[in-house]
Amino acid sequence: MSTRGPPGVQVRLRFAVNFGKIAFQQPPLPIPDANIPIRDSFSTGNDAAMTDQVVLLDGVDKTFGDGAVNQVQALSDINLSIGRNEFTSLIGPSGCGKSTLLRVIGDLITPTAGQAQVNGKSARQARLDRDYGMVFQAATLYDWRTVARNVQLPLELMKYSKQKKEQRTQEMLDLVELSDFARYYPWQLSGGMQQRVAIARALAFEPSILLMDEPFGALDEMTRERMNLELLDIWRKTNITVIFVTHSITEAVFLSTRVIVMSSRPERIINDIAIDLPKPRGMKTRENVRFFELETEVREALRESERHPE
Amino acid sequence: MSERNQRIVAPVLILVAIIVAWEGLVTALHIEQFLLPKPSAILSNLVRVVIVDRADHAPLADNKAAARLRANRLLVRLPGRVAPAILQPVEEAVIVEFDRGQQRVLVTKGVNLTPIVQASWFTLREALGGLAMGGLAGILVALVTARWTATREALLPFAIAANSMPIIAFAPIMNNWFGIDNPFSKMAIVTIMVFFPIMINTVRGLISVPPRALELMRSYAASDFAILFKARIPNALPYLFSGLKVAGALAMIGAIVGEYFGGPRIALGVFITQEAALFRFASAWAAILVACLMGIALYLVILLAERLSMPWHSLFRE
Repeated sequence: MSTRGPPGVQVRLRFAVNFGKIAFQQPPLPIPDANIPIRDSFSTGNDAAMTDQVVLLDGVDKTFGDGAVNQVQALSDINLSIGRNEFTSLIGPSGCGKSTLLRVIGDLITPTAGQAQVNGKSARQARLDRDYGMVFQAATLYDWRTVARNVQLPLELMKYSKQKKEQRTQEMLDLVELSDFARYYPWQLSGGMQQRVAIARALAFEPSILLMDEPFGALDEMTRERMNLELLDIWRKTNITVIFVTHSITEAVFLSTRVIVMSSRPERIINDIAIDLPKPRGMKTRENVRFFELETEVREALRESERHPE
Repeated sequence: MSERNQRIVAPVLILVAIIVAWEGLVTALHIEQFLLPKPSAILSNLVRVVIVDRADHAPLADNKAAARLRANRLLVRLPGRVAPAILQPVEEAVIVEFDRGQQRVLVTKGVNLTPIVQASWFTLREALGGLAMGGLAGILVALVTARWTATREALLPFAIAANSMPIIAFAPIMNNWFGIDNPFSKMAIVTIMVFFPIMINTVRGLISVPPRALELMRSYAASDFAILFKARIPNALPYLFSGLKVAGALAMIGAIVGEYFGGPRIALGVFITQEAALFRFASAWAAILVACLMGIALYLVILLAERLSMPWHSLFRE
C-alpha cells in the first residue's frame, strides 16, 4: 500500500471500492453520489452547512509508525457519513480502530490518506472553530480545579465573559445534576459523577458535535445504565450530534439511532445498522422485542467480522 | 491515643530515650568530651538554667558561686544567697525568669548562643539566596526544555555534568572567584547544588501531563501558552515541591561545606571548624545541632508552602 499510483488512478480505484461496498451493505451507507468528486460538493462553506451532513469521511486511511517493518494499519478505506442530530455508535473488537476513527473525526489524529469533512469544512478547521466536545473513558478532569472550574476550563480558553462563564457553568451543572458539588475537587467525586462533570465540560461551550470515547467503560453496570439514561436525556435537550465509541452491544443499541460495526484486520466498517427503536427511550426500551432483535443483529455482525480474517 | 498523636509522640519518646542513653553512657564510660560530648554539655552552649535560692537564705561564698557558674553546665544550682556582682552577668543573659517556691529559676543564654545564632542567620541567608537562584534557574531551564524538546537533548548533558561536579573541589574555586568573605561565593555553590534536583523534577512534571489532558486541550484549539499555564504548570507543581524538598536540605549542606573552605568568622561552617580546631567540641556540636534545626525548619516551610499552594493534592486527602 505504501507505493501508490498517480493521484488520478488512486481516486478511480477508491471509487471502485466504494461501489462494491454500497452494493454489499445492508442498509446502504448514505454516502453522497460517489460520481461527484467529494472536494467539489463541499467546497462552498455556507451551502454545505445547510445540508444535514455533519461528518463525511472519504477513503480515510491511517497508518501508524514509519518504515515498512513498524507500520501498523489502524484504519483502511473508511467511508462514512453522519447526519445532524444523529446518535451514532462505533462498535467493534479491540484494535478495530474505532477510537482512531473518532480521533480522525475530531482532528486529534491526521489521516494518512483520504479526507475528513466536518460541518462542511475540514476536520482541522472544525476543531479550530471549536465544533467538538470530547469525553474520554477516563474523566480527565484537572485535579487542581474544582468541579465548577473544570467545567469553566473551555470557557476560559474561549474568552467567555465572566458573567456568561458563570451562567453556562450553572446551566451545565444543573443539566448533569451536580450543582451541589460545584466546589468539590474531582477526587471527592465517584467515577460516575466525575464522568458527568466531563460531559458538562464538553457541552459547556455548545459544540455541535459530541465525541465520546468509551465514556462509561470504566463504570459499574448499574452506574452505566443510569448514565445511559442521563445521556439520552441530555441528547434530547441539547439536540447535539453524538458519536459514541463503545464495547457494549447493549449500550450501543440502547443509545443510538445508528450503530456502525467495525472489524479488525482489516480495520474497516463492515455493517451499518439503523436502530429504529421508539423514542423516548427509557427503562422499558430494554424489554422491547425489537431491542433484542437489534442486539442480535449487532452481535451477529460482530461475529461475522471475526469469521472473515482477510 | 489517636493515630496522629501516635505519629508525633513515638519519635519524641525515641529521641528522649536516645538522649538519656547518650548522657548516661558518656558519664558511665568516662568518654572524653573531645570524642563525644554529653548532650547536656552541648546544650549548655545554647541555653543554661540557673537556680538561685532566695535572698533570705544563708549566703554563698563568692568564689564558690563563680566556680559553679564557670563550669558551664546545663543546670547550675546556687544554694544560698549570692552577691549581686556575681549574679549580674547571669541576669544580663536571662531569657526567661520565674519563681519556683523558695527559688528563682533563670533560663539564660548559653555562652555560645549569640555567636551561633549570628552565624546561623548568616549561613541561612547564603542557603536561601542560593536556593532562590538555583531554583529560579532550574525552573527556567525546565520551562525551556519542556517547550522545545530539542533543547532538552542539548542541555541535559550539562545539567548532569553540573550535578556530578564534586562540590568539595568546586567550593575553593567559587571562593576564589567571588571573594572568600563575600556570601555570594557560597550562594554560587548552593545554586549549582540545587539546580539539578529542581530542574529535573520540574521537567518531569511539565512533560508528564496525561495524554488525554493534552488531547482535551487540543480539541479546544488551545494555544501552547494556554496549555503551559492551564495544564503543564499545575501538573508540575507536586514535582517541583519534591525537588524543592531535596534542594532545601542540599542548600544547607552546600552553604556549610562552602564555608569549610573559608569565609567570614561569623559563618556557621567557619565557627564549627574553628571550635573543633580548638578542641571545643561541645560548641561545635551545638552549632551542628542548630544547622540541623534550620534544615528541618526549611523543610517544614517548604511543606507548608506545598500544602497551601496545592489543597487538591492527594497527599493531603484525609
